[in-house]
Amino acid sequence: MVGLMVSFRPMARVSLTSSAQTRSLDTIPTPVRFGFGRPVTATELTRLDIDVQPDGKGLPAGAGTAVQGKVIFAVKCAACHGTGGTGGLGGALVTTSMTTTAVVGKRPDKTIGTYWPYATTVFDYIRRAMPFNEPGSLTDEEVYHLTAYLLHANGIIDEKATITAQTLPKVVMPAQKLFIPDDRRGGPEIR
Amino acid sequence: MKKINRRTWLSGATTAAVAIAQTATGKAVQVGVPIEQFWSDDPTKQPGTPPSQVGTRSPFEKLVKSPSEISSRTPLQDLHGILTPSDLHFERHHNGVPAIDPAKHELLIHGMVDKPLVFTLADLKRFPSVSRIAFLECSGNFRTGKETLSPQDICGLTSQSEWTGVSLATLFREVGVKPGARWFLAEGGDAALMTRSIPVQKGWDDAIIAYAQNGEALRPEQGYPVRLFLPGWEGNTSIKWLRRLELGDAPWQTREETSKYTEAVGDGKIRQFSFDIDARSIITFPAYPAPVQRGWIEIRGLAWSGRGTIERVEVSADAGKSWQVATLQQPVLDKAHTRFRLLWHWNGDETEIMSRAIDSTGYVQPTFRQLLDARGGNSGYHMNPITAWQIKRDGRVLHRPETR
Ligand code: HEC
Repeated sequence: MVGLMVSFRPMARVSLTSSAQTRSLDTIPTPVRFGFGRPVTATELTRLDIDVQPDGKGLPAGAGTAVQGKVIFAVKCAACHGTGGTGGLGGALVTTSMTTTAVVGKRPDKTIGTYWPYATTVFDYIRRAMPFNEPGSLTDEEVYHLTAYLLHANGIIDEKATITAQTLPKVVMPAQKLFIPDDRRGGPEIR
Repeated sequence: MKKINRRTWLSGATTAAVAIAQTATGKAVQVGVPIEQFWSDDPTKQPGTPPSQVGTRSPFEKLVKSPSEISSRTPLQDLHGILTPSDLHFERHHNGVPAIDPAKHELLIHGMVDKPLVFTLADLKRFPSVSRIAFLECSGNFRTGKETLSPQDICGLTSQSEWTGVSLATLFREVGVKPGARWFLAEGGDAALMTRSIPVQKGWDDAIIAYAQNGEALRPEQGYPVRLFLPGWEGNTSIKWLRRLELGDAPWQTREETSKYTEAVGDGKIRQFSFDIDARSIITFPAYPAPVQRGWIEIRGLAWSGRGTIERVEVSADAGKSWQVATLQQPVLDKAHTRFRLLWHWNGDETEIMSRAIDSTGYVQPTFRQLLDARGGNSGYHMNPITAWQIKRDGRVLHRPETR
């Protein structure tokens, strides 16, 4: 304890006393590990680790088609995203030029077809956050159908295509080539 | 002591002040009563209120955030100094504020680590702690378009607190981050299950797993019971209600870093992972809606940069023709709101006043026009233009809307 008590001004005392007497709390080497926390269980990991990566890692088993997705969309999504996903309070999901009817909504210019760089994000986001009023209520199968529907409605995949953990990461999104990393650096240049 | 009658007790809905009442057991407690009934003409002629468990703002102070459906803005024009009272810290959430029982909340760290671990709040508090005063700003923090906008309306999505928690580097060492890990996913436990990918380097540099704000537990709106705090970075990356961190070798490309929080920068290009908040300032007095009187006026405002400290703030009182260096109030902290002021004598002529911040990297806060020119005419996230206030002859102060 004595070593800790004299720790108020370690810098000033360094030359006067031996290091043993001037050791402050901050100079006691921090342990690499404190041993706090507990191991995660397999059940917890399955429940929590729900993210999907662009290479498809994290996608569950299942398959979806646009035809079935269309039906689910009309029931569970159209109220907020408009008929065919072209507008409404929740925002447009489908590029309007792909459909015959243009519905005024939020950001009709930034849709899955024109602005989303990765198809896996569609699955990941719908599964974690939609429907907005009942998040987490969809089955994986439903999310696959809805993903297939929205990709088809945006003119990205064929109506007959089946979306699975294998096919989804292979879908190339039109907007992907538009994305660039942050080029601001501070300093005098405005970017 | 003022007598409280039963009618006063029942008028709870309209209460505004605090007074004293006897409970059934004879204990004196504070209760709310309407100001008129409580306020004395001469406070020196009657005893004041006894000590209380929790202090309250004076009923004369009407400090309010301005909520919309998705956010609520800090009343910058009503605040002094550099700290934002916790209950006035701005809010931005993507599906409401979750009700979380801290006893049940845990943080999981897994993925590319030697030892995946789950930490309770109590575990997190056992680790060595760090505290830091820093601003937090939403990168969508810019509005213009009409004269009747206050600092709160224009850029009220920035606030400052002292954040306390455990350094993420400490937790990284605890779980043993594998060498190939380059990014980590941070996930919130709200109804949006908010997720962002963050470079691992930021975790080693200065990220905090925060459980306290301004000396007490985080406010629910700010992520209770635990949040990520990334100094100087766009607010959305500082995931609130943090429940999980996963280490990986590439970004996840979540909806919030693709469809949102990205900006068009010309030539059809979209800029992504724009983390740093560039330097900005705003005069918070004089500002709409408070009018001014001719004579001496102390121009006051806030300046901040996500890239370092504020080096200098320059103020113009002649619509940008000439600029004077403002006084910076200490402390001038790294990645923190800094207070500036400049004494000005207003002769009553119509004019425009504005401020521009210069940070430690040499960045000079641009005009709206400069930002548009640099970004192919696009406006979007990360807009930090010089903001001008028109001073009218009658003392009215109005925003000068930006035009394309
Ligand atoms: C109660 C209204 C509501 C319902 C029902 C709803 N959504 Fe949404 N949706 C929203 C809102 C609001 C947002 C924006 C959320 C935000 O910005 O955080 C959104 C966002 C989205 C987005 C992201 C849009 C973008 O451009 O970033 C997708 C994709 C989406 N919803 C799909 C769906 C699907 C699929 C369904 C049906 C299962 C659905 N939504 C049902 C309200 C709703």
